[in-house]
This record gives sequence, structure tokens and C-alpha cells, in this order.
Amino acid sequence: MTLLSVKDLRVTFDTEAGVVEAVRGVSFSLGRERLGIVGESGSGKTMTGRSVLRLIRPPGRIDAAEMVFDGQDLMKASEREMRALRGQRIAMVMQDPKYSLNPVMQVGAQLMEGLRQRDRLGGAEAKKKAIAALEAVQIRDPERVMAAYPHELSGGMGQRVMIAMMLIPNPDLLIADEPTSALDVTVQAEVLSILDGLVRDRGMGLIFISHDLRLVARFCDRVLVMYKGKIVEELAARDLLAAKHPYTQGLLNCLPRIGGDRGPLPGLDRTADWARA
Amino acid sequence: MAMNTSLLNGRLRMVLGFVVSLVVTIFGLLLVTFIIGRVVPIDPILSIVGERATQAQIEAARVALGLDKPLWQQFFIYVFNAFQGDLGMSIRTGEPVIDAVTRHFPATLELATIATILGVIAGVPAGVLAATRPGSMADHVVRLVGLMGYSMPVFWLGLIGLLVFYGQLGWVGGPGRLDAMYDMMYDFEVPQRTGMILLDTAFAGRWDMFANAISHIILPAGLLGYVSMAYISRMTRSFMMNELGQEYITTARVKGMPERRVIWVHAMRNVLVPLITVVALSYAYLLEGSVLTETIFAWPGLGSYITDALMVADMPAVLGGTVVVGVAFVALNMVSDLLYRLVDPRAR
Repeated sequence: MTLLSVKDLRVTFDTEAGVVEAVRGVSFSLGRERLGIVGESGSGKTMTGRSVLRLIRPPGRIDAAEMVFDGQDLMKASEREMRALRGQRIAMVMQDPKYSLNPVMQVGAQLMEGLRQRDRLGGAEAKKKAIAALEAVQIRDPERVMAAYPHELSGGMGQRVMIAMMLIPNPDLLIADEPTSALDVTVQAEVLSILDGLVRDRGMGLIFISHDLRLVARFCDRVLVMYKGKIVEELAARDLLAAKHPYTQGLLNCLPRIGGDRGPLPGLDRTADWARA
Repeated sequence: MAMNTSLLNGRLRMVLGFVVSLVVTIFGLLLVTFIIGRVVPIDPILSIVGERATQAQIEAARVALGLDKPLWQQFFIYVFNAFQGDLGMSIRTGEPVIDAVTRHFPATLELATIATILGVIAGVPAGVLAATRPGSMADHVVRLVGLMGYSMPVFWLGLIGLLVFYGQLGWVGGPGRLDAMYDMMYDFEVPQRTGMILLDTAFAGRWDMFANAISHIILPAGLLGYVSMAYISRMTRSFMMNELGQEYITTARVKGMPERRVIWVHAMRNVLVPLITVVALSYAYLLEGSVLTETIFAWPGLGSYITDALMVADMPAVLGGTVVVGVAFVALNMVSDLLYRLVDPRAR
């Protein structure tokens, strides 16, 4: 069953220096599966993710031949309908909890905001749900975390709070935009496994955006490789090593291997035909 | 338990730090005014005894004023007196400076407070409106109106305002704080608890007088409020634009929060942090700097008191007024510092 279908998505920015195309005709569809989007910075992967929520700030503009989520045309939806989808059915975890949590609001207030404002729950009930959500991301003393401010949390804690917050309404689709890139390597694995478990248990669709090919391959069912705003290759995660596109191969070659040779790693050859399109 | 005591220690240290910085600042303020009082080429004795005084009279006046003592002793006497509320005698009127200042200061405080309230009420929404629609008509209007407030001389605006709204249209009261009739009544019939006419008349339930005071204060306060609004709206616009570009705003939108809430709750709470400082500065500026407005509107405030004193070289009055303005400035800064800590958990 298709949850999300995107055809010929374009994101353009009208800047003073001219029109910049960040996403140039991306098409993909997604069921209740885990789709990875990889690419270097500026490849348009973040913009693709945010387009689904229609959260591109002006002067950015979204165009698509089709963008349908669970039977609902996102391109034609009113702002009000989009708001009903956001948070409730489509959620997003961003890169760095230092910036993605409101610095002057207590964690608890931010966690309960959706429950209180949208679902109109009473304080006690909202608190119960928020605490349950924090326990689901393996936070041991949820009461203390609820009363804390974001700057009092570590990066790993902050990101777990973010995940808990986004998963409270049990969305059908989660967009995880580099959810572990800002974290220490030691914490990355922990946060990933929490995210993995929750997505699996609740059977939601996941778009996992990352620049880390290996990570994506291990974590997702299917991988889209983006370069300069276009999808250059789509393949099943297990076939990653058999990638045909020179860009994908180039990315793979850039990674060091345990037991590999210790010479300098090769860079990307951007002079080839594929890189000029 | 350990956490509680450390928290208490933190609070205690904060309060102590506040008190120390307050005392040091006021001490420094007194030092500066003291030095100014000694270096200005005005002979305090001459202005008391007159040009034809004998040497013996001059000497007697010197001793009476304590000017025969060494400078450092004079300074400490000055500080000691100042902390007891004694700012010396006015040369012009012979009355204690502190009495004159306590009479004039409430008028300035009242004017500056109303002006600041107007500036915030108009400036913050205008700045937010401009920030949320950059490049729109509303943005251009807000910026143009702000620019006019920045660049038009206050005295000119004040005169034109009086001409149009008082002289031609008769919508507002003229110069002064009350009509002449009410002025007398205020002195005799209303208990002057605060010296601020709006408050005093409200406490006394004299709403006719209250309305008259409003009609008098509205033009000068509106004028100063406009200047303060120009500054506040510009700063609000830039602070708000900065916050709206932050990632936590995206988070709030991802959670499906309506734009109203995103702006007025999520962004505004962060905008408040720097905005408090801006409002406090603008308030302080009005407390010390509305001399022109007070002159045009015959407003018997501290600014016009100091200016009048300066014209006749009444240095104790000038310096005493300066000290009071300085203390108000320091107090205002401390309040803004406290509020700042209240809204920004990172500053605690």
C-alpha cells in the first residue's frame, strides 16, 4: 500500500542572484517501509523531506506533478489541512536538538504542547502521556527531564526528547533528517536503535535522510541516492555494494574500511559526464 | 538536598552580586558628579555671597559650605549626605535640592511611563507584523513610520502637534499637566501620594481631574511614545526575523501549531529576551532625555528643572538632578536584568 507518492517534485528559490533549483524533479513512492535518502550537503535531500510537510520558507517554492499522502493531495491541501497532517500524521525529527528545541520553554511544556493545544487534554492526562513517551525513548527520570530546559540536557537526551515529542501522536510517517549527525558517535548507536525499535513496533513509514551511506544501508529497506537535486540511483539497501552509478560508487569508495589499505582515500571525480547534468 | 542548598547559595550569591554592583555604580556616579561640580568654572561662593562681599564673608561662606576641608573629605561628606538623601541646597531657591527633585521627578516618570507603554503597545505588534511579512506593504509602512520617528526632531513635532490638536482642533489639553483650574484643585483637594497626577486622582476617585490630566498628557506622551515606538518596532522586527529563521520554529510548525502560536508563543518568548533590554534603554532614555518635550509642553519635570537650573548656574540643583536620573537609570537596568533572568533560563 502506498503511503506517500511524489512525482516530479521541484523546489526553487527566487533569490536576487537568480533562480536556484534545490530539488529538480524528484519522484518516489513509499509504503510503510523505511526509505533512506543519501547525498552530500546541498544535494536537496533535506529540501525533499521538508517539501512533504510543505515547510519550505519563502522565497522557496514547491512544485510537483503529484504529491499524495494517503489519498490526500498535499499540493492542493489548504494550510489548515496541512496543519492537521503535521504532527498528527507526518512528523519530523531534525538534526540538532540544541536548535530544534525551544531554548526558553521547559521540555515538558514542549512535549505536552500538541496534546494540550490540539487534543485539548487536561494537564494531568497530558503529563501522563508525555512521561510515557519519555519512557518509550528510555529516559530514566522523566519527571526531572520534563522540568528541565533544553540547554540542561545532553545532545543524546535532547534528541530522545525530540523523538518522543514527534512520536506522541503516533504518526504514519516520520521524516528523520540527519537525526544522529550532531551526536557523539557513542550516543548515535543508542539513539538509532531507539528510533529503529519505535518505528518498527508502530509500523510507520520512515524517510531517513543522511549523508552516511553505510548507516542508511544498515537501517533502511530502500535507498535513494541524490546528487544536485536529482535522484541518481535507487536501490535496495542490501544491493548497495552493487551500486551502478559512478556517484554512489564514488561515495562508497570514500569510506575507509577496516582492514582496507591505509593509503589516502580517493575523492569524488566530479569531471565525469554524470556530474555535469 | 544538596541540590537545594546549592540553589540557595546561587540565589544568595546573585542577590549579593546585585547589591554590590548597585552600591559600586552609585558610588561611581557620585564620584563623577562630585568631580564635575569641582571642575566647572563656577564659583559656588560667589553666587551665594555676591560680588561685593568682603573677604571675611567669603571665608565664612567657604567654611559653611565645607569647602575649606581637603577634597577627599569633601567627597566623603558628599557621599555620606547623598546616601541620607541630602543633595545640598539649591542656590537659586535656597530650598533643599532633594525636595525640588522629588516634586519634579514624578511628572517625568509619569510622562516617560505612559510614553513607554504606548511605544510598546504600538511598536511590538508593528515590528512583528513587519517581520512576518518581509517586503510586504505592511513592512514598508512600518519601516517608513519608524524612520520618520527616528529622524523628525521632537520639538518640531511637538509644536506642530500643539498647533493642530490643541490650537486648531481643540481635541487635547494644552501645555502643563492640568488646566489651570484643576491645577489649583490638585494642590489643595487631592492627597498627593505619588506626585503622579493620574495615579493620585485615580486613588482619590477624582475622575474629572483624571480625564483632564489624560487630555494633557496624551500629546506629549504620544509624541515620546512615537519616538520610542520607532525604535522598539525596528528592533522587534529584526529580533523576530532572526527567531523565525531558527530551527525550533520549524519544530513548532511540524507539530502542527497554528502560525499565531508559533509567532506569539514560540518566537515571542525568545524575542522578549533582547527586547527587554531595548525597552529598558528606551525607557531610561525618556527619563533622562525628554528635556525638549518638557520645555515645549511646559511640563514641570526633572528635565526642565535641570535645564532651568543650568541656565542660572545652580550647580547643586543640576548635579542633584543628575544623581537622581542616574539612580533611576541604574534601578531600571537592574529591573531589566532581573526580568532577563526570568525569561531566559540560560541566564539564571
